[in-house]
Amino acid sequence: MAEPYRTQAVGPHLVARAAVYTLLILFALYYLMPLFVMITTSLKSLDDIRSGNLVALPRAVSLDAWVKAWGSACTGVFCGGLKGNFMNSVSFVVPAVVISTLIGAFNGYVLTMWRFKGSDALFTLLLIGCFIPFQVVLLPMAQTLGWLGIANSIPGLIFVHVVYGLAFTTLFFRNFYVTVPSELTKAARIDGAGFFTIFWRIILPLSPPIIVVCVIWQFTQIWNDFLFGVVFSSGQRQPITVALNNLVNTTTGVKEYNVDMAAAIIAALPTLFVYVVAGKYFLRGLTAGAVKG
Amino acid sequence: MTPSVAGADAALVRPRKHLADYVETVLPKVVLGPTLLCGLIFVYGFILWTAWLSFTESRILPRYDFAGLVQYVALFANDRWWIALKNLGIFGGLFILFCLAIGLLLAILLDQRIRAEGFLRSIYLYPMALSFIVTGTAWRWILNPGLGFEHLVRQLGFEHFTFDWIVTPGMSIYAVVIAGAWQSTGFVMALFLAGLRGIDDSIIKAAQVDGAGPVRIYASIIIPSLRPVFFSSLIILGHIAIKSFDLVMALTGGGPGFSSDLPATFMYTFAFNRNQIGLGAASAMMMLMTVVAIIVPMIYSETRRRG
Amino acid sequence: MKRSIVAAALGAIALARFASVNAGEVEVLHWWTSGGEAKSVAELKKELEAKGDTWKDFAVAGGGGETAMTVLKSRVVSGQPPTAAQVKGPQIQEWAAEGVLANLDDVAKPEKWDSLLPSVVSNVMKYQGHYVAVPVNVHRVNWMWVNPEVFKKAGAKIPTTWDEFAVAADKIQKAGFIAVAHGGQPWQDSTLFESIALGVGGAAWYRKAFVDLDPKALNSPTMEKAFATLRTVQKYIDKDAPNRDWNLATAMVINGKAGMQFMGDWAKGEFTAAGKVAGRDYICAPAPGTKDAFTFNIDSFIMFQQKDPSKQKAQRDLASAIMDVHFQEVFNLNKGSIPVRMGMNLSKFDQCAKDSAAEFAAAAKGGTLVPSFAHEMAMHPAPKGAMFDVITAFMNTPSMTPKQAAEKMAAAGKQT
Repeated sequence: MAEPYRTQAVGPHLVARAAVYTLLILFALYYLMPLFVMITTSLKSLDDIRSGNLVALPRAVSLDAWVKAWGSACTGVFCGGLKGNFMNSVSFVVPAVVISTLIGAFNGYVLTMWRFKGSDALFTLLLIGCFIPFQVVLLPMAQTLGWLGIANSIPGLIFVHVVYGLAFTTLFFRNFYVTVPSELTKAARIDGAGFFTIFWRIILPLSPPIIVVCVIWQFTQIWNDFLFGVVFSSGQRQPITVALNNLVNTTTGVKEYNVDMAAAIIAALPTLFVYVVAGKYFLRGLTAGAVKG
Repeated sequence: MTPSVAGADAALVRPRKHLADYVETVLPKVVLGPTLLCGLIFVYGFILWTAWLSFTESRILPRYDFAGLVQYVALFANDRWWIALKNLGIFGGLFILFCLAIGLLLAILLDQRIRAEGFLRSIYLYPMALSFIVTGTAWRWILNPGLGFEHLVRQLGFEHFTFDWIVTPGMSIYAVVIAGAWQSTGFVMALFLAGLRGIDDSIIKAAQVDGAGPVRIYASIIIPSLRPVFFSSLIILGHIAIKSFDLVMALTGGGPGFSSDLPATFMYTFAFNRNQIGLGAASAMMMLMTVVAIIVPMIYSETRRRG
Repeated sequence: MKRSIVAAALGAIALARFASVNAGEVEVLHWWTSGGEAKSVAELKKELEAKGDTWKDFAVAGGGGETAMTVLKSRVVSGQPPTAAQVKGPQIQEWAAEGVLANLDDVAKPEKWDSLLPSVVSNVMKYQGHYVAVPVNVHRVNWMWVNPEVFKKAGAKIPTTWDEFAVAADKIQKAGFIAVAHGGQPWQDSTLFESIALGVGGAAWYRKAFVDLDPKALNSPTMEKAFATLRTVQKYIDKDAPNRDWNLATAMVINGKAGMQFMGDWAKGEFTAAGKVAGRDYICAPAPGTKDAFTFNIDSFIMFQQKDPSKQKAQRDLASAIMDVHFQEVFNLNKGSIPVRMGMNLSKFDQCAKDSAAEFAAAAKGGTLVPSFAHEMAMHPAPKGAMFDVITAFMNTPSMTPKQAAEKMAAAGKQT
């Protein structure tokens, strides 16, 4: 693996560097604007929203919308806000991420270091699984889960997310392990190490960067999923995306934009936190070869 | 080593080696097995199931009696389907193009030893963390002529500024591109940045010694060596474009009318809301076949190259 | 002493067993998630709990039930249907034809539903003569909501025919107001269109076209006239209408920015929430040309067959509670609709509701009670969706002619 090299196309020339910074800042505004709108709207009162405009700052900052979104907003007959649904999401996201990452790691390991005839073709076939729109598999999956007896339950949700996450986790690990020199494993095999020993002693210690990438990706995908969550859960066990949808998309009644925005931000906090805090490790993992192969 | 000793050694060693060998040839397949089984059932099996349904007259619930090509005939006679296909081309093409171009540009810019690189990187990357409801809600507001960006610019004094793409039938799909690119470009940027950082500097130095200017270096050395990153980005962006059901539903609802419909939203509407599961299945098959025709050759050739 | 304790214990055990056998759980799928609706549904929950059953809420918002229908299908396919689901119109018969619905006759007969519901309504609730669904309320769709101030300032008269409409709208527009407040969403476009169609063509033609799906009625000069009138109305809608939510359009009338809105009676809730009084701050009038006609939209619940006897009992309790006088009053007061149960005391309801109820009874007798096609009461979802596409395309494509639209409507009617 080459050392990181910074291609400096633009040297110390002032004008050129100013241009670079300007472009970057303009793009940053494009990216920040929606977040700014969401935050300011969540801090305004309804009158403020109606009379002002999109980017106006709140006349009087108020956290009422946040309190309501967390604890007392109506998501159906139940009017207890999003806090219960938050825990529901955690209860299936964490196991699904862990299981799919683990299996993906083993798959990647097999596909790069224990190749057999046809394993590349199998990998290609597996990748197709990345492209299936979930709406297409809703009904057959519902029927299958019904047969297995886990429809409409948390284990069922975990199962569904693991199954459809395998293509991606396998892709990440396989592309990463491809960059590991095969001499390492060959030497270990000559020394008599077996399948699991090599994985445990050699491969796994090399893996933290890609594990981070995989966990971040899976966590985001599964936490933000709506379709499987709404179909395969019900009532008090609904994930936070479903509760958010119930809150934001009510067809009648007064739309409380500030509560909607506060709720949306609450629903996004875990993934935002993961991206902002672990973003550096994410990049490190990508640099280490998640997608070079 | 004398042959007899070697032979004796081999005789002692062979049975054990044979068993270990056997286990180690079978074990990888066993480990890969569950994943392949899942793929077989839950991807290919379900595709076959959908294919079967597309040949039936399923309405509110699945029905399994064969009915020929009647659903495909109905599909091709449906105006809305053709609009959805056209939109997929426009949206998919533009979305991927913009994400790649802007992602690459941002990565190159960020690579120039920028101060606060980490901070800026987080700003570009965070939209990926948001779910469609969040993105759709926020952008629906911003793109709304009466309440959002157009209103704001007019308040700043530009009385005749119009930005009403989201409510104009011919332009609504482009509005979806703006919101979609916003959400996904950061990830592509991160991929390109990682790729840029992984390029071997000796080649670059050699080219600089030869007198090549920065543009030339980028065009002939750096960008071509980012080919694997382009490939990975294409997979991820393609996956997002095809699955872009949630964003469209939240942003425009397929509208105005059905001008921003995509095959995924078409399939969903007809299968689940219009109680025409057979027609929805036919549209799903058409969608899948398009994907397969484009993606599979690409993946296979790239995977073969990697070796 | 011991004996009485033992007897008491045995009695308690027996009572507990009796209660547990008889206390069932109803899982109810619905999309009433806004604050006001949620309160109304909470009433139902209370009544059910008073009968010893438990309510398991299963709310799925979005699109007036679209997401909920997806979820419902998936649950039925997986073999675990909810106990009750909010489904209305001919879809009830579609579900019944699949053989998954429970027979409610043993609640309907003792409680004499046949005499409490007009036959137009009870027919929708039945499949092959048996009750499979229970109605909750009656919405009138062919209302026109008017801001009298705007009309006065413009010197316009509230129209009673579509010709008069153009005259009034012109005056309002010239006075600087928006004549028609509208939201450019497919269901709103069709709600507007069906009032026009009813006003232009009359109840008998409406039934032939939208209930019988007679191609000769669909592709007809009357239909062309309806579309031509829609074009005229379009001239008076402001350019910010596309994708506007219906309640924002109502707000335009409330705030005096617009003169009228064509919307069902749920709009009344917005006026009430804004503190406006019927007859003074706003007027509810039948849409032009539809004075004696009543376009109805009825929310209802279907019940799925259950094996567990306690769930069956809970279903019967739910059906009974919905038709109950108390619930009918409380729910409809909150929602802006009128009770579907006939012969109730309406003293707590406002004038618009009382008018509505009177006209409901009269229209039922006079044969001018028609199902709303825009709200899934008249035809199956497939042709209804196809017609929505035609109407929305017409509104968004200035070059489409009424004749082309009528032809497409006939083709849409053939969708299965």
